[in-house]
Amino acid sequence: MTVAPEKNPPVKLPNEPAITPQIVAEHGLAPDEYERLLKIMGRTPTMVELGIFSAMWSEHCSYKSSKVWLKKLPTKAPWVIQGPGENAGVIDIGDGQAAIFKMESHNHPSYIEPYQGAATGVGGILRDVFTMGARPVANLNALRFGDPENAKTRHLVSGVVAGIAGYGNCMGIPTVGGETNFHAAYNGNILVNAMTVGVAATDKIFYAAAAGIGNPMVYVGSRTGRDGIHGATMSSTEFNEDSESKRPTVQVGDPFVEKLLLEACLELMATDAIIAIQDMGAAGLTSSSFEMAAKGGLGLVMELDKVPMRETGMNPYELMLSESQERMLMVLKPGREDEARKIFEKWELDFAVIGHLTDTERMVLTWHGDVVGNIPIPPLVTEAPMYERPWTLTPLPAELDAAKVPAPEDWKASLLTLMSCPDLASKAWIWHQYDHLIMGNTAIRPQGGDAALVRVPAAPQGTKSAGHKGLAMTSDCTPRYVQAHPETGGRQAVAEAWRNITAVGARPLAVTDNMNFGNPQKPEIMGQFAGAIMGMAEACTALDFPVVSGNVSLYNETEGRPILPTPTIGAVGVIDDIATSAGSRLDQSGLALVLIGETKGWLGQSIYLRELHGREEGAPPPVDLAVERRNGDFVRGQIVGRRVHACHDLSDGGLLVALAEMCLSGGTGACIKLPQGIAAPHAYLYGEDQGRYLIATDDGGALVEAAQKAGVPAVLLGYSGGPNITVDGLLSVPLQELRNAHEDWLPGYMNSAA
Amino acid sequence: MKAAVLVFPGSNREGDVAQAIELVTGRRPQMVWHGDGDFEKVDLIVVPGGFSYGDYLRCGAMAAQSPVMAEVKKRAAQGVPVLGICNGFQIVTEAGLLPGTLMRNSHLKFVCADVHLRVETSQSLFTNRYQAGQVIKVPVAHAEGNYFADADTMKRLEDRGQIAFRYCGPDGSIVDGRGNPNGSSSNIAGVFNDTKTVLGLMPHPENAVEPMFGGTDGKALFEGMVEALS
Repeated sequence: MTVAPEKNPPVKLPNEPAITPQIVAEHGLAPDEYERLLKIMGRTPTMVELGIFSAMWSEHCSYKSSKVWLKKLPTKAPWVIQGPGENAGVIDIGDGQAAIFKMESHNHPSYIEPYQGAATGVGGILRDVFTMGARPVANLNALRFGDPENAKTRHLVSGVVAGIAGYGNCMGIPTVGGETNFHAAYNGNILVNAMTVGVAATDKIFYAAAAGIGNPMVYVGSRTGRDGIHGATMSSTEFNEDSESKRPTVQVGDPFVEKLLLEACLELMATDAIIAIQDMGAAGLTSSSFEMAAKGGLGLVMELDKVPMRETGMNPYELMLSESQERMLMVLKPGREDEARKIFEKWELDFAVIGHLTDTERMVLTWHGDVVGNIPIPPLVTEAPMYERPWTLTPLPAELDAAKVPAPEDWKASLLTLMSCPDLASKAWIWHQYDHLIMGNTAIRPQGGDAALVRVPAAPQGTKSAGHKGLAMTSDCTPRYVQAHPETGGRQAVAEAWRNITAVGARPLAVTDNMNFGNPQKPEIMGQFAGAIMGMAEACTALDFPVVSGNVSLYNETEGRPILPTPTIGAVGVIDDIATSAGSRLDQSGLALVLIGETKGWLGQSIYLRELHGREEGAPPPVDLAVERRNGDFVRGQIVGRRVHACHDLSDGGLLVALAEMCLSGGTGACIKLPQGIAAPHAYLYGEDQGRYLIATDDGGALVEAAQKAGVPAVLLGYSGGPNITVDGLLSVPLQELRNAHEDWLPGYMNSAA
Repeated sequence: MKAAVLVFPGSNREGDVAQAIELVTGRRPQMVWHGDGDFEKVDLIVVPGGFSYGDYLRCGAMAAQSPVMAEVKKRAAQGVPVLGICNGFQIVTEAGLLPGTLMRNSHLKFVCADVHLRVETSQSLFTNRYQAGQVIKVPVAHAEGNYFADADTMKRLEDRGQIAFRYCGPDGSIVDGRGNPNGSSSNIAGVFNDTKTVLGLMPHPENAVEPMFGGTDGKALFEGMVEALS
C-alpha cells in the first residue's frame, strides 16, 4: 500500500491562529523538527495537525533520545510471547496462561499534583495491561522522594500514597509490593513508577494493530474533557519555577469508571468481536489512533464531532490532545457494533462509532463534515526524529578501602540509626493504605519476603482460584550505585531484582524497565543512560532475564539539577507450587542462620557510609554475574526442595540489616557470631557485597555441606531465638527497641507538622 | 446452602466471597446484578465489599436505592438471612436493615491490615461455629469503617446481644482504642439486626479461609452458615 495523495487542504476553523515560530516552539518542536514536518506535509499544518506532530514527536511518545540505546537490551527468550512495542510485555507461564506486565512512570504529573498524578499513573498502567486481554492480578510501585527535610516532601508522600491507594483499592487490584526511597536529588523531581501484572489465556491476547478496510473504529469509556492537554509534551521538558502553573496539564482520574471499563472490556473480549484495541494513554486519541493504523499499515477517517464530550465548545485540537482518562479505542468486526454497544451500555459507559479504517494510510480528521486534518501516517513514524545524542560515560570511582572507614563508636546505636533511617525504616505506613489482600491470592505480603507472591487464578477471566502456581514480583534499583557508576548500577539493579525473585523460590522470567533520568541533551546524563543500559543488557543476558516492556522518563531535572539516574527494574518470576516458597520471616526459635555468598566487606556507596559517616563515596559493589547465577540457582533449589525455612537477600545495609529485618517481620530474635579472623567487623556486618542471601533452616550443617558441594560459599553464623538481636562481643539490641526505631520513623515524620 | 452474591457497579470483593462460599459448599453462588430485582429464591444473600457506584455521595447510599436492594429488604423482612461485608455493611446500614452508620476512619486513611476480633456471641446462624469470647484474626480493608450509633441504640445493641464482633488485642482484651483500626464506637466490628438474621461487619472473613492466604479464622463463619441453612 502507498500513501494516497492529499486531495484538498483542510479547512481553517474560525478563530484558528496562524502558525508562527512562537506557536511551534510552544509545542516543543525544535526548528529542524518543524522543517521535517513541513517536508512531510508539503504545506503549513493546521493547529490540530501541529498538535498531533508535537505529541507524537515528544520524547514521551517517540523515545527519540533513547531508542538507539533501548535496542541494545535483550528481548527474547523461548517464553517471551511479546516483547517491547506493544502496550505491555507478555510471557508464557505454562498451562496455557500468560503473564502480561509493564511498569510506567508518572513522575512529572505527580510532582505537580501528587494525588491525581499518582492515581492516573496507576490507572494508565492498569489499562495498558487489560487492553491486552489480561485481568490485572497485582500492582507494585517504586517511589522516590526528596530529602525528608525538604518542605514539600511530606505533602508529596501523602498525596502520592493516597492517590495510588485511592485508585488501586477502588479497582480491586491488590497492591502487593514496591519500594520507597528518599534523597535530596529528588527534591524537585519525584519518581512515581507504577507496575501492573495481569494474567490472560495465551490464545486470548489482544493487540493494537488495526485490520480490515471499512471496519468501524469505536470509542468507549469516559467522555473527553479538557484535562491533560499537552501532558506528553509537559512530561518531556525540564521543570522550572513556573512548573506549578502546569497543573491543568495533569489528568483527573475516576477509578470507578475504570473498574466498569475493565469489566466491560473483559466481557467483550470473551466474545470474538474485537479485532484490535488500544487504550488512550499519553497523547490520548492521537497516539492510540495513530498506533493502531500505523501497526496495521492502514489509514483512517475519524469524525471528531462524534467523540463523546464532557464539555461544550470543545474543538478538534482539544479532542485530539486531551488526556482524559478511562478511554479505549477499538476496531470491531463489521456488524458486531450492537453486541458491543449492549455490553458497554450495561456498564453505563459511553460507546460511539467515531470512524472507520481506510486504505489511504492517511489520518483524516473531520469536523461536522469538513476535513480539518489530513496527515500521512507512515512518514510521521519513519521520519520521526531520532537522536544519537553525545554521551560521556561516568568513570569508575576508586575503590574505597574498608579499613579507612571507621567502625561505629556505639554498635547498638549504629544498628538503631540504620534501621530508622528514611531509606530503611518500615514503610508500613504506606502499604497499610494499599489493599494488598483483595482477590484472596496474596501469599507473600509486603515485608513478608523479598518479592511479593500471588497465586495465579486457575481460570484467567474468572475469579476461581484453584491452582498451586504463583507469580513472584518485585521492583528494584539502587540509584546511588547507578550515580557512582551507571554500568555497575544497571547490572546491580537487574541482579537484585533477579535475586529477589529467587529468594522466594521462584524462577525469574522477565523484566520491565522504567528508565528515569535527567536531561538527555547533556552528554553526562546521556552517558548515565548509556552506561545503565550496557550494565542492564549484560545482566539480562547473563541471567536469561529478557526485557519485555518498559518506559523512559527523561528531563527529570529542575533548574539544571538532575535526579539520581534511576533505571527501575520490575521483574516477574513463576513458582510451580506456592507451598514450596519461602518468605523472609524469622518466626521460630532454634533455626540455623547460614550466610550464602562471599563477604569481602564492601563499604563503597553503602548505606552505612552514608548514614553513619555522611559520605557518598567510592565504587559501588561489583556484580559478578556468573557468581550471582550460581549462588541464586543453589538457593532456589534449596527453597523448592523445602530445606529452607526463611530466606532474605542481602542488599542495603548488608548482613546485619537483613538479619534485623528477618527478626522484626517474624518476631523472633537471633544470636550470631562472626567467623574467625574478620579484620573489620563493621565491613563484614554492613558491607553491601552482592550475590548473597541469609537463610534460616532446620539443618545448618546439611545446608553448608550442600553449598560446599555446589561450590557456593556458605557459613553458619548462629541461631534464631530470644528477645534480642545479638552479635557476639559487639552488640545486643532488644527486638522491641529496634522495632520502635524501625516502625516509628515514617508515621512520626508524616504526623509531625511541616 | 444456596447463596446469592449481589454485584453493583464498583463491587470488587464479590469474587472473594464467592470463592469462600464455593470452598465451603462446593457450589458457586449465584451472582445477581444490581438491576435485577427478581432473582431466584436463596437461603442467603451476600452484599459484598467494594466501591459501589464509586462510593460517590456517601458509601453505600446509592446502592441502597437500587432495584435489587428493594427486593433484599423485602426478603430480609421475611427472614431470609443477609450478610453485608465492608461496603456491603455500609449498604445494608444505608438501606435501614441495620442500625447505626459507618463514618470515615478516625485517622482519615484507608487501612488494610490483619486485626483481632472478639466473637461476642455464638448464638446466631453466622457465628454458631465460634465460641463466645473466641479471638480470631481476619483482615480489614476500608476507609469508612468507623461505626457510630446514638447512645440509646448502643444500649439496645448491648442489651439485646446484637454486637457480633469487637476489635480487640491479640489476647482478646479491649483496652482504650488498642486494636481498633478505625475509631469505631465501643470497638464494634460487626452488628446484627434484632432477629440476628442480618449481619453487617467491616472485616473480611472471606479473605481468611486458606492457610497460605491469610489464615483460616474466617472459615468458620461460612461453615456455620452452611450448617444453619442447609
